[in-house]
Amino acid sequence: MEGTSVLKEKLSRGEFIVTAEIAPPKSASAEDFIARAEKMKGFADAYNVTDNQTAMVRLSSLAGSVMCLRMGMEPIMQIVCRDRNRIAMQSDVLGAHALGIRNILCLSGDHQSFGNQPDAKNVFDVDSTQQIMIFRKMTDEGRLWGGDEIKNPPRLCIGAATNPFGTPPRMHMLRTMNKLAAGSEFFQTQAVFDLDRFDEWMEDARRLNIHKKAGIIVGIIPLKTVRAAKFMIDNVPGTCVPDSVIERLSSAADPAAEGLRIAAETIEHVSSQKGVAGVHIMPINWYDSVGRLIEMTGLRPSL
Amino acid sequence: MIIGEQKPIQEIISSLGDREGIRILVVGCDSCMTVSLAGGKEEVRDLVHDLSAHSRREKLGWSIKGLTLKRQCEKKFTKEIAADVRNSDAVVSLGCGVGAQSMSETFPERRIIPGINTSNMGAPEKKGVFKEKCMGCGKCTIDTTAGICTLARCAKGLQNGPCGGSVNGKCELYPETDCAWYQVYTILEGRGELPEIPEPVPPKDWSRSHSGGVRTVKSKE
Ligand code: SF4
Ligand code: SF4
Repeated sequence: MEGTSVLKEKLSRGEFIVTAEIAPPKSASAEDFIARAEKMKGFADAYNVTDNQTAMVRLSSLAGSVMCLRMGMEPIMQIVCRDRNRIAMQSDVLGAHALGIRNILCLSGDHQSFGNQPDAKNVFDVDSTQQIMIFRKMTDEGRLWGGDEIKNPPRLCIGAATNPFGTPPRMHMLRTMNKLAAGSEFFQTQAVFDLDRFDEWMEDARRLNIHKKAGIIVGIIPLKTVRAAKFMIDNVPGTCVPDSVIERLSSAADPAAEGLRIAAETIEHVSSQKGVAGVHIMPINWYDSVGRLIEMTGLRPSL
Repeated sequence: MIIGEQKPIQEIISSLGDREGIRILVVGCDSCMTVSLAGGKEEVRDLVHDLSAHSRREKLGWSIKGLTLKRQCEKKFTKEIAADVRNSDAVVSLGCGVGAQSMSETFPERRIIPGINTSNMGAPEKKGVFKEKCMGCGKCTIDTTAGICTLARCAKGLQNGPCGGSVNGKCELYPETDCAWYQVYTILEGRGELPEIPEPVPPKDWSRSHSGGVRTVKSKE
């Protein structure tokens, strides 16, 4: 994988992509990160390493991404706008590229009031669209945002997030079009539980030709318990879990097995949709679920 | 205008300490802090009353006087009360942070106790409710966002559109607060001005905001 983004190559070849998410631990030990990553190794084409998600301080996404590389796992390094200004972001990206990282996911970031340092001052020097513009300039023109030439410019594959369930849908679709115009090469979506609403969104995305310009990688969260589902509804802004999913989980003898079935059905459903480039599994502490889902759905990373 | 709210009385009392027999001057402001319902004539009168009650209860023997200035931020007005300040041992300012500093600058020999927590530049929404509207970025661009400042009114200061957490017009942070980007969207929709593709807005020049250092503005003559 020296030099290029495997993710980018697969996207351009139109191969079905599986990505999975690793949340770094609140730990200063590599072992704790590796233990999580190992459970998912081999099941995905690339692995998102989250950047202090939900504004909880954790091991950095840069360090986690480097550990992934050492384990032979291609990382997608997430960078949020909450904690870094354009100076720190560009510097991190130069350093990340020097260490072998090729994929970046640009995010605004959850507000610090949701996290464990609610007294923090946030940055938001730039937003995620502007972050894409900056990294595009670094990659495409070999220049820093301020104009200086970069001696050996990075070659990045740059992605962003999109929420198919935001309301009103048109407002959120405009934002997605804005990120696309800025140069996002792929989109990872919020977790899908409501298939009808996802289909409507996907139809819209196809009408706007988004899938022809950027890979749409659909978010999947396996729910282990009813509580996990309710937690999602209450605490993850912009999620939509239909009652039917809650009912299936609450009436199941083994909710975890049912949760996996629901996730597997969702994967099968979305992967049959035209224009879907892949799935992005977010196991939320249930790391074994990634392998189980890959097995159940017959998906194999195309490594 | 400047929006502020009065500090809890306990905080003001603890700043004053428990020295006996002191003369306290409470200085309000007829401008923003009056509209803010935080430091106008009525609030000065109430604070004088409450401090007197505290003094009686604790047998501190304080003598307390209250007055308001036309605009506490202007030294031409703070200078007018030099005699009152001279005849006091402690001064509580019910002006905004700017007013309290004008007092400090006019009377450097006095410790001025701030009685107001100054919050933002905003406007009264309805009686007793004030909303932030501007963060003084130094380069106004609200004509490009339907007259809504998303720097000040979006919790993340986003410049290109809503975050994924904007649902049903409300901000993901506070269910009772409108999402600024939803407001922009509805206004543009109403005007029939929604773009097909919203042009990416490049990173902002913050050099004219506080990031560029303390600002001095000079008027043209
Ligand atoms: S764009 Fe700047 S000057 Fe204009 S309202 Fe917003 S913060 Fe104030
Ligand atoms: S919900 Fe709206 S106002 Fe709140 S942070 Fe997101 S975009 Fe900004």
